Amino acid sequence: MSNKYADRNRVVKTIFIVTGALFIVRLAMLQLFDPKYRELAEQQSLRPVTQYPARGFIYDRHGELLVHNEAIYDLMVIPRMVKGLDTNYFCDAVGITRDDFDARMKKARTYSPYSPSIFMKQISKEEYARWQNKAFRFKGFYISQRTLRIYDRPIAAQVLGYVGEVDQADLDRDPYYRMGDYIGKSGLEKSYEEVLRGVKGKKIMHVDALNREIGPYQNGALDTLPIEGCNLYTTLDADLQQYAEELMANKRGCVVAIEPSSGEVLAMVSAPCYDPNLLVGRIRGDNYRALNANIAKPMQNRALMEQYPPGSIFKVAQAVVALDLGVIQPNTGFVCDKSLVGCHNHPSAQTVPDAIKMSCNPYFYQVYRRVIQQNHDKSANRDSQYGLTVWHDYMLRFGFGKQLDIDLPKGGMASGNIPDTSFYNRWYGRRRWNFRTIYSNSIGQGEVAVVPLQMANLAATVANRGYYITPHMVRFYGPDSVRDERYTTRNETGIGRQHFEVAIRGMYGAVHEPGGTGHRADVPGLDVCGKTGTAENKGNDHSVFIAFAPRENPQIALAVYVENAAGGGGSWAAPIAGLLIERYINGEVKRKDVERQYREAAPCQKLPLPPHKAKKSKKKRQ
Amino acid sequence: MNPIERKKYDWLAIGLYLGIVIFGWLNIYSACYDPEHAAIFDLTLQHGRQLLWIAMALVLAIVILNVEPRFFADTSYIIYLVVIALLVLTLFIGNETNGGKSWIKIGSFKLQSSEFAKFATALAIAKYISAIDIDIAKFRTKATAIAIAAIPAGLILLQHDTGSALVFASFILPMFREGTSGMVLIVGLVAVVLFVLALLINKYVLIGIVAACCLFYLFVWLNKRTRRNYTNILAVFVVAVAFIFSVDMVFNHVLESHQRERIEVLLGKREDLLGAGYNVHQSKIAIGSGGFVGKGFLRGTVTKANFVPEQDTDFIFCTVGEEWGFLGSGLLIAAYVVLLVHLVSMAERQRSTFARFYGYSVASILFFHLMVNVGMVLGLLPVIGIPLPFFSYGGSSLLAFTFLLFIFIRQDADKNQLL
Repeated sequence: MSNKYADRNRVVKTIFIVTGALFIVRLAMLQLFDPKYRELAEQQSLRPVTQYPARGFIYDRHGELLVHNEAIYDLMVIPRMVKGLDTNYFCDAVGITRDDFDARMKKARTYSPYSPSIFMKQISKEEYARWQNKAFRFKGFYISQRTLRIYDRPIAAQVLGYVGEVDQADLDRDPYYRMGDYIGKSGLEKSYEEVLRGVKGKKIMHVDALNREIGPYQNGALDTLPIEGCNLYTTLDADLQQYAEELMANKRGCVVAIEPSSGEVLAMVSAPCYDPNLLVGRIRGDNYRALNANIAKPMQNRALMEQYPPGSIFKVAQAVVALDLGVIQPNTGFVCDKSLVGCHNHPSAQTVPDAIKMSCNPYFYQVYRRVIQQNHDKSANRDSQYGLTVWHDYMLRFGFGKQLDIDLPKGGMASGNIPDTSFYNRWYGRRRWNFRTIYSNSIGQGEVAVVPLQMANLAATVANRGYYITPHMVRFYGPDSVRDERYTTRNETGIGRQHFEVAIRGMYGAVHEPGGTGHRADVPGLDVCGKTGTAENKGNDHSVFIAFAPRENPQIALAVYVENAAGGGGSWAAPIAGLLIERYINGEVKRKDVERQYREAAPCQKLPLPPHKAKKSKKKRQ
Repeated sequence: MNPIERKKYDWLAIGLYLGIVIFGWLNIYSACYDPEHAAIFDLTLQHGRQLLWIAMALVLAIVILNVEPRFFADTSYIIYLVVIALLVLTLFIGNETNGGKSWIKIGSFKLQSSEFAKFATALAIAKYISAIDIDIAKFRTKATAIAIAAIPAGLILLQHDTGSALVFASFILPMFREGTSGMVLIVGLVAVVLFVLALLINKYVLIGIVAACCLFYLFVWLNKRTRRNYTNILAVFVVAVAFIFSVDMVFNHVLESHQRERIEVLLGKREDLLGAGYNVHQSKIAIGSGGFVGKGFLRGTVTKANFVPEQDTDFIFCTVGEEWGFLGSGLLIAAYVVLLVHLVSMAERQRSTFARFYGYSVASILFFHLMVNVGMVLGLLPVIGIPLPFFSYGGSSLLAFTFLLFIFIRQDADKNQLL
């Protein structure tokens, strides 16, 4: 019966042969006609290994090295690859005991037998050199080199910023970065990231599927060397910065000092400060959490990120605006009428410099009324709308009400607030406001808010008699000394020079004449010009002072802000400003007792502050 | 009469077997090659152990060639029952590897019982079919034969070794040769095509195509249209439509998720080069980068760098493709096809139904393995983990395939003796 179907063997053979033929056709497709797989094979078994360039150094304005790198060596182990180890010899070579060795190996093995883990952290250069002679005997161990940022002086942490591993947002934003790369996270490290980082090099290595390097491809013929990052030459004066940080110890607040003629920031302090070395290497994680949890916000650069009511320092700007508008004259006098707005006891100001010197609140109430109410329209509201628009325009030209274009990260930077008509239309409702509702602005309270950098910039603008150069942190960078064009042009306020001279007479008087509010900023032999401010807020008033010196050809303009320090601008901010000016211009401080007094003082009210103290009346403001 | 004088071994089959085994070992050696452990005979490494298996397989082959050929026919049911018992035992004391319980551990030796189930089942069905009073045309006969194959297949399925269980479908070919209808092959082929199309294209479009095919067959192909034709075609159409609609259900609820993923990868519905598609993608890279003559023995980069998982077992063909190129891998395929076709010719020259059926079973089982394994590695079939016969690393499979082949060679040597 079976032979009836004997022919079916051909069907079966055909199936076999056709299948075989199909496979051979497929093989031909893969191996002979499609170059894709050959390329893919090369791509994945030849893996480019990144060579990291050294990150650029950061210098201060006198060429002192502030930030540099140090190579550190970690002894790594892949437990599974450790074979035939002479343990005693090894322990001698690296200088550890047998028990220590066992403990470290156990830890590494627990982490992973297959992956590298750190056997010994940060071994010294001598140990590294010794190691290299013997390395061939220790299979499974190798040295991994990393570089860390090193700060020789523990200063300017918030300005310099710190570097950390890239996060997902960085990876999505810029294809340059790979997982595990380092990137500037804040401060100059962030804003000059692309300058500092350099260009990564590429080494082509033959690797296996576990990403283990087998050897260089074509003996490195296709490799590229990394290009080192550019050095930053900052505007900071390291000595002044350190001195300012010392004076701000035990306090909260900030200092910004600017060279008026160039807009270069000489010092920028945000207190409390921290040692930038805390955010380097393996200790970063814990320290970062601790700093971040601190309610005094040490990581926050207050000079840029906080905005405060400016207080009386704002009067200087009001005076020059009113003079420029012609609504007052230098010798215009107003009675100190405390029924308009509260004031401290002083004789009525007969002139503009007198008013600035004594910081008379009713005087500037009147000044601001003349600015806002120019009798342009019969309706009080429409009249005030006109005046406010004019005033708002002036204020913006001082750099208020907007972010100053400083070369630090814009994220988190405050812009301050200069209210305009639409602001009050939202705030009070259309036509429901006029001068009577907004007069607090005249003395730097109410709805105005400024950033400390803007205050220092006001001092610089006054020092320059009418213009400022956008404050910046970096003079030039790289081997070609690249300078940023943004920081070479003048920003004019459009206010006449002579009006500033009037205000400066008042600021000089505030420091040097009887009845002046800022006499504690006086430095013997220097004609410091300054203006105090006391900014109301929840908790004790903030103590504010802006100043510049010398009066002619000013070299330094600064703003000092001490948070919640009872006693007004004259008591805390002014003497600190005086010490800083003395230090910068004279190179040393002779008044050691004053220095000690303010360095040790801790005037700031403790955090957390009591809830908002509703002070309705504006009184006793200097 | 001395039977030994009359033995006539088929040296072509033996030669191909030896050639494939040796070439296989070279590739296992290369797949596991580590310049620092180049020793050939090292039992801690795969190629060292495989050398031991090959030695055992050769001893086994010589023993089988010297056993009375009747022995296997006489004991086939016993062998079958012993293997079934082993399979059941595996379910209870088996060792888990890759999510399946398919190994029995005896000391340091691991036995994969499913490998031995193949030749045992072939022997059992051959024995059953060759009985004097058996009529293949009877439904009962077919049902019994299917049951003999289904029992071990079911037990292996319980071990989660789907690939090995599918091998038992190989018996369709010897049954076909013995006289069952060829429709099984055609229906199977159509079912596979419909299954794939149902996953790839819109179901209603597919039904339209099926309807068009039916109408074409009915009105253009057929000369005479009887009432019977109409009802048959209608039935075919209804079954096809029901099948198409059941595909989703089967795909989503019967198949396990990894099987679903593998099919989706194969059909290009899923691009998952690091997950489900990784093996096949890497294996295509390894093979494709081999070019015409390959990169040379021990000089593969993709396989050498362990990009291809299981490269000494199920994906061993990658090493061939990468290091020996189109020439080497094409010749290997050709060698298998020559062996298979030759086995069919050998089966046809048997005088007993038992030997012929067994011979067809040997060819079909080897063919099934070749088709599924190479098809998988080349990215033509979904990933199903079964070894390449005589070639992949593994003692159980090498010994079991040696049993399978040499029992037949032994039968063939005495073909002129009447059983």
